[in-house]
Amino acid sequence: MIQAKNLTKIFMSGDQKIVALDSLTFSVPEGQFLTVTGKSGSGKSTLLYQLGLLDLPTSGEVLVDGVDMVPVSENERTITRLNDLGYIFQDYAILPSLTALENTVVPLLMQGYSTAEAERKAKKALERVGLLDRMNNLPSQLSGGQQQRVAIARAIGHSPKIIFADEPTANLDSETSDQVIQTFLDLNKEGQTIVMVTHEPEYAKLAHRTITMADGKIVSDILNSGFRG
Amino acid sequence: MSERTRIENSFSQNVKVGWYLARRDIKQANKWTTMLIVAVMIFTFLNLVVVAGILVGLIQGSEDAQKKYAIGDVVISSFLNRSFIDQTQEVSKIVTTIPGYKYHTVRYGGSVRVESNYRSTINPGEKRDGAGASFLGIDPMQEQQFSGVSKFVIRGEYLTPEDQNSILIGKNLLYEFTPIEAPGFQTLKDVSVGSRIRVTSGNVSKEYYVKGILSSKVDEFDTSVVALASEVRKMTGRTDLNASTIAIQLLPGTDPVAAKQFLLDSGVGEFARVQTAEEAFPKFLQDIKTTFAILGNAISGIGLIVASITIFIVIFVNAITRRRYIGILKGIGINRKAILYSYMYQAFIYAALGIILGMILVFGLIKPAIAANPIDFPFSDGILVATLSGTLIRGLILLVTTVIAGYIPAKIVIRQNTLSAILGR
Repeated sequence: MIQAKNLTKIFMSGDQKIVALDSLTFSVPEGQFLTVTGKSGSGKSTLLYQLGLLDLPTSGEVLVDGVDMVPVSENERTITRLNDLGYIFQDYAILPSLTALENTVVPLLMQGYSTAEAERKAKKALERVGLLDRMNNLPSQLSGGQQQRVAIARAIGHSPKIIFADEPTANLDSETSDQVIQTFLDLNKEGQTIVMVTHEPEYAKLAHRTITMADGKIVSDILNSGFRG
Repeated sequence: MSERTRIENSFSQNVKVGWYLARRDIKQANKWTTMLIVAVMIFTFLNLVVVAGILVGLIQGSEDAQKKYAIGDVVISSFLNRSFIDQTQEVSKIVTTIPGYKYHTVRYGGSVRVESNYRSTINPGEKRDGAGASFLGIDPMQEQQFSGVSKFVIRGEYLTPEDQNSILIGKNLLYEFTPIEAPGFQTLKDVSVGSRIRVTSGNVSKEYYVKGILSSKVDEFDTSVVALASEVRKMTGRTDLNASTIAIQLLPGTDPVAAKQFLLDSGVGEFARVQTAEEAFPKFLQDIKTTFAILGNAISGIGLIVASITIFIVIFVNAITRRRYIGILKGIGINRKAILYSYMYQAFIYAALGIILGMILVFGLIKPAIAANPIDFPFSDGILVATLSGTLIRGLILLVTTVIAGYIPAKIVIRQNTLSAILGR
């Protein structure tokens, strides 16, 4: 499904070289729920951005279905993001001038669906996250948990191959966090591949597999016995 | 992937998503800000149309008055080397047979000297109070039918066919209205209705009563002493009834060029010059009109630049403050062109609204209002020249300029790194 080969990301801070990702190689098979943990600054979010084609690595490869997406054009990466990837950001990153429904509809329209078909699919996604009754609300009229669920609906609406979630529960209370994680588990049970960055060990161990990072390196890569999917 | 690439890069897809985003952005935008932007577009459009339109309208108003009151749609005048139209009686008969003929007027002309204080004793070496003038002979009934000249009599009364000892005098000959004292241009002092003036043509002089004062903003009347045609013929020695000009009005919708051709085909060209109004207008009027149009366009151009900068700033500020919004859109796979189009649509909508409202103002309010109450300039009644086609072209220029002004800043912001935009760094 997705592979990282010798993935390296180096930032320059003045004359200082900061190695955020140090030659990482691993793959995520279809249907896997992978969590990435580690301390702040360990490189987990940077890894997610490279895998999610939001940023370009300094060197190495990111293969989506066997195709290296590093040397391709920005346009190709955009199309791959649209069709194959879904994102859930820590701070939801939903569009403030669009309603919950419209936020979910936009990527579908870009995929070529008619407005009616896009709305039908978007409603289905919102229903999936329990927000159909709030679909005409603007983000400012929704709670943090509801906004995150809109982000999930937007991410799953176009049935991507992989969902990337960057600390999706970081800004949520525990009850809402549990609901969000449960949604991921349910999606994964239906075969959805998920890569989630989290600080929370109890959520990390709910996935099939957990990669732990430190100083830009993978320090452990384990299959979880406590996977509840 | 190649199939998807083809589909998702399609122009129509980007246009559709761009439109979807633009509509929602405008819907959610601050109403006052939107109104302010549209107001800027309206004023820019008015500046584009009205400034140039009024400058050109100054001259157009003068030309229209010349056409309506002085030369008509077609004018027959003496050849340049002659002072009268040969066979005027015959030509007049032909004139009435023009298809689409409405009215005509036969005018007799000459140059005279008019004096006002000729009865007073003056000191040796002192000059009489006099002025050079055109002597215009008319048939009062025919002229009234043609030009409605009586409405220009601001004091006194219009001539009747019996007024052999009376004249009308143009305001430009009177010091009261034209207070100029230059060696080459004199005007008459202390002349009012009822005054007696002496008119001298060559060796012939006659005393006339001033029956009325004319003010028309048409030189034909304002610089003339107007008398009965018979008087002018007598004073200028024209016993053959040959006139100086025959001005012809045509029924609405009649082609003046065809009317001119009819006259030429009827042989009038052997006796006189035949011109349409456009041909008869002095070239300097056309030159002034062209100059004013250029001047108006230059002023409008500055307005256009100001509007472009306004839209540039509005879109730039909008795009910069929504840098993260744009980053998120790009992050979830929305094509850059779709985002770019959404900003171009917004600029387009602002401009289109401004143009539509501006056109309603121009054609529904300003143009009719100025037509009903022309701007009072010394030499003309200024109108607003704004044709539908010309106005649409100016609207199109504003539209294109505005969309470009929206495109550039949006393009600058959209080109920025997606992740940096999302993370706000």
